[in-house]
Amino acid sequence: MTSDETLLAASGLRKSYGANTVLEGVDFTLRPGEVHALVGENGAGKSTLARILAGLARPDAGAMTFEGKPFAPRSRHEAERLGVRMVMQELNVIGTLTVAENVFIDQMPHRFGWIDVRRMNEEARALLAQLGLGDLDPSRPVGTLGIGHQQMVEIAAGLSRRGRVWILDEPTAALTDPEAEKLFAQVKLLQQEGVGILYISHRLEEIRRLSDRITVLRDGRRVATHRTSEVTLDQMIREMVGRELGESLSRGAAAPGAPALSVEGLCRGEAVRDVSFEAFHGEILGFAGLMGSGRTETMRAVFGADRADRGAVYLRGSAQPARIRSPRDAVRQGLALLTEDRKGQGLLQSLSIRANTTLARMGDVARKGGWISSAAEQEVAERFVRTLGIRCTSAEQPVGQLSGGNQQKVVIAKWLYRDCDVLIFDEPTRGIDVGAKFEIYRLLADLAAGGKAVIVVSSDLKELMILCDRIAVMSACRLAAIFGRGEWSQDKIMKAALSGYLGPSAKGAVN
Amino acid sequence: MKKARLGALGDYLGMLAALAVLLTVFGVAAPHFFSGATFRTIANQSPYAVTLAVGMTYILIIREIDLSVGSVLALSHAVFGVCLVDFKWPLPSAVLACVATGMLCGLLNGLITIKWSLPSFITTLGMLEMARGATYLVTASRTKYLGDAVEGIGEASVLGLRISFLAAAALVVAGQLVLTRTVWGRYMVAIGTNEEAVRLSGIDPRPMKLAVFVICGALAALAAVDVSSQLGSVDPNLGSGFELGAIAAVVIGGTSLLGGRGSVLNSFFGVLIIAVLGFGLVQVGANEPTKRLITGAVIVAAVILDHYRTRLGKASS
Repeated sequence: MTSDETLLAASGLRKSYGANTVLEGVDFTLRPGEVHALVGENGAGKSTLARILAGLARPDAGAMTFEGKPFAPRSRHEAERLGVRMVMQELNVIGTLTVAENVFIDQMPHRFGWIDVRRMNEEARALLAQLGLGDLDPSRPVGTLGIGHQQMVEIAAGLSRRGRVWILDEPTAALTDPEAEKLFAQVKLLQQEGVGILYISHRLEEIRRLSDRITVLRDGRRVATHRTSEVTLDQMIREMVGRELGESLSRGAAAPGAPALSVEGLCRGEAVRDVSFEAFHGEILGFAGLMGSGRTETMRAVFGADRADRGAVYLRGSAQPARIRSPRDAVRQGLALLTEDRKGQGLLQSLSIRANTTLARMGDVARKGGWISSAAEQEVAERFVRTLGIRCTSAEQPVGQLSGGNQQKVVIAKWLYRDCDVLIFDEPTRGIDVGAKFEIYRLLADLAAGGKAVIVVSSDLKELMILCDRIAVMSACRLAAIFGRGEWSQDKIMKAALSGYLGPSAKGAVN
Repeated sequence: MKKARLGALGDYLGMLAALAVLLTVFGVAAPHFFSGATFRTIANQSPYAVTLAVGMTYILIIREIDLSVGSVLALSHAVFGVCLVDFKWPLPSAVLACVATGMLCGLLNGLITIKWSLPSFITTLGMLEMARGATYLVTASRTKYLGDAVEGIGEASVLGLRISFLAAAALVVAGQLVLTRTVWGRYMVAIGTNEEAVRLSGIDPRPMKLAVFVICGALAALAAVDVSSQLGSVDPNLGSGFELGAIAAVVIGGTSLLGGRGSVLNSFFGVLIIAVLGFGLVQVGANEPTKRLITGAVIVAAVILDHYRTRLGKASS
């Protein structure tokens, strides 16, 4: 059914956010009746490309055509009017409205302004039946459904509208296998109607089954476009990770330290499944994995920010499991968690560097009765501003005014002052520009050299390979592998990261 | 550091300037406005409002609200009267019972809000009704004459200023010092700014939030002692709308309803501004409706001004 004519074409698309370039001249074509898959590592630019095509973002440079005519949608609405539609990765349904109301949110059948509920429910039922959800009551509030069903409702909402091009961004992320099967059947149906489908997923097995062509993106560039029948899984993985490694950080040979933290059989709901690992004093242990592979959830459970269902945490080689039921317990026992969301969870944005630095250890800058000694507090804050090289007008500056890199340094200062010796960093350089990144790397290396146990969760594989002594890889909420320096390669790590998402048939292709 | 202190002083200067402008306007408009009697009257009728404003400032700083202070004041006031008159308790015991009542109400507000993560708007709205109902029960919905049992508190004065006013002023100073100079005050500001960040810093915010609710209830009860002594009787309808007056004063003082920012001293000036406005408008012959129209407009205007002041502050630093 695939013809050689072009439905949607983009050439030379560029996009950057601030200093961060996400797309660097990407070409892309979509034919009628084709499923074209987009693959790449986290941050390769897949979602940005999709968002540009769907009118959610505008390119800095480059041109697009749709059905032979120039195409430059200024909004999602405009793109949809022309026939380009996107089903988002995040759920976009309104929980308090019914299934039918969500499906027909902007086109409810009505007479003189009164919604024709019966007709709306009937039409919704017919649509849902196409997706194999005929038994779903259209008058049920969406919020009462499971996540998978909510996603199906969103997909049904999309299908109720005419579209020539469909963009599906990780559509199966929250679906169970039977639900995904129903979705695939629907995709085939759309294909037969001549609709072009851009399909984004990190489930390579799914892509091999469904797609006609595959485009690999890496660091905002298009590496290759293949016919699905002509490419192997190994080749795709190689293209996704690339070969060359960027700058390196000279780190002295790590002295093997004593065990600082050991985690055994940690479980939390669906997000963390039987995770065990050890971290040593003086080393940097990295955690790689795809988004949603359970890395952040694991660290939050170790830290007591979320309660683990099962499993034990041992500190400093103790045979007794540590009792960590809240962040307070964790901090008292020398653990620190530096969250990815510095603004929402790490810092008091409107307060000064001084107040943020001393927050976790106020007792030491106060006299009896809890009176804060301004002089002592000032001295502490200025010491860290100096030693960590925090660029600011003074220690009195509100941290909200600092750059991302300097904000991260303030968070580090807080935990150094608290004297924690196991530091868990979640995405320590996210939102930080390249120059400041290396300063943070240097700082992390210094921490390890000073005997701290440093754990780094990062979606940037190169970052981990520069920094870490060992890299643990998580996949589908389990620990898939741990590699030592010298044992790893980008291919091996990527394979491990994908391993939990591959069906049994694909395993042979990887190994 | 110098800069920070100057900035803080600047905050007070703004409020003092607003107060000075009001005084000048009324001084010109009403010939007998400027007199010792005027200032004594304003000062002597404000202690309860100041006391409520201190508690409300703390509550707003931790990003909560307490709508029940008016009713809690009434209930504590009723308990106070019953203990004095019906049980014939000595004054100190009655005061203790009164304060205990306020603290208990605050404790309930806090426990329920924290335990079930409810918006305190709802919890304290419930308490507003419940405490009022309890007040009617305790007093059998009747006014009770207190007589000479409370005279001691009402009469004592220094230079014509009631002891209660001096106590309230001392409370303001202490409240401001605790807020700005102690670990506890820092935690309150931090909790109001970002409670999750505080929790992840290894500090349990719950006991501190609970304490603030209890303090707010205790201060409502202390305000009740003052009001009782002034009235000389127990009135089961006392205090309705006091919570809104307290919130108005605190907001005029620049404390944010979004938490994390506030000043007890400025709330004190907020109370004085509302009092001067009320007294002055009566002096120039305004009637009650006009008085309320203008007071309402001043509250909104003050918050708009504060909006620009903080934006300016952000832009300049």
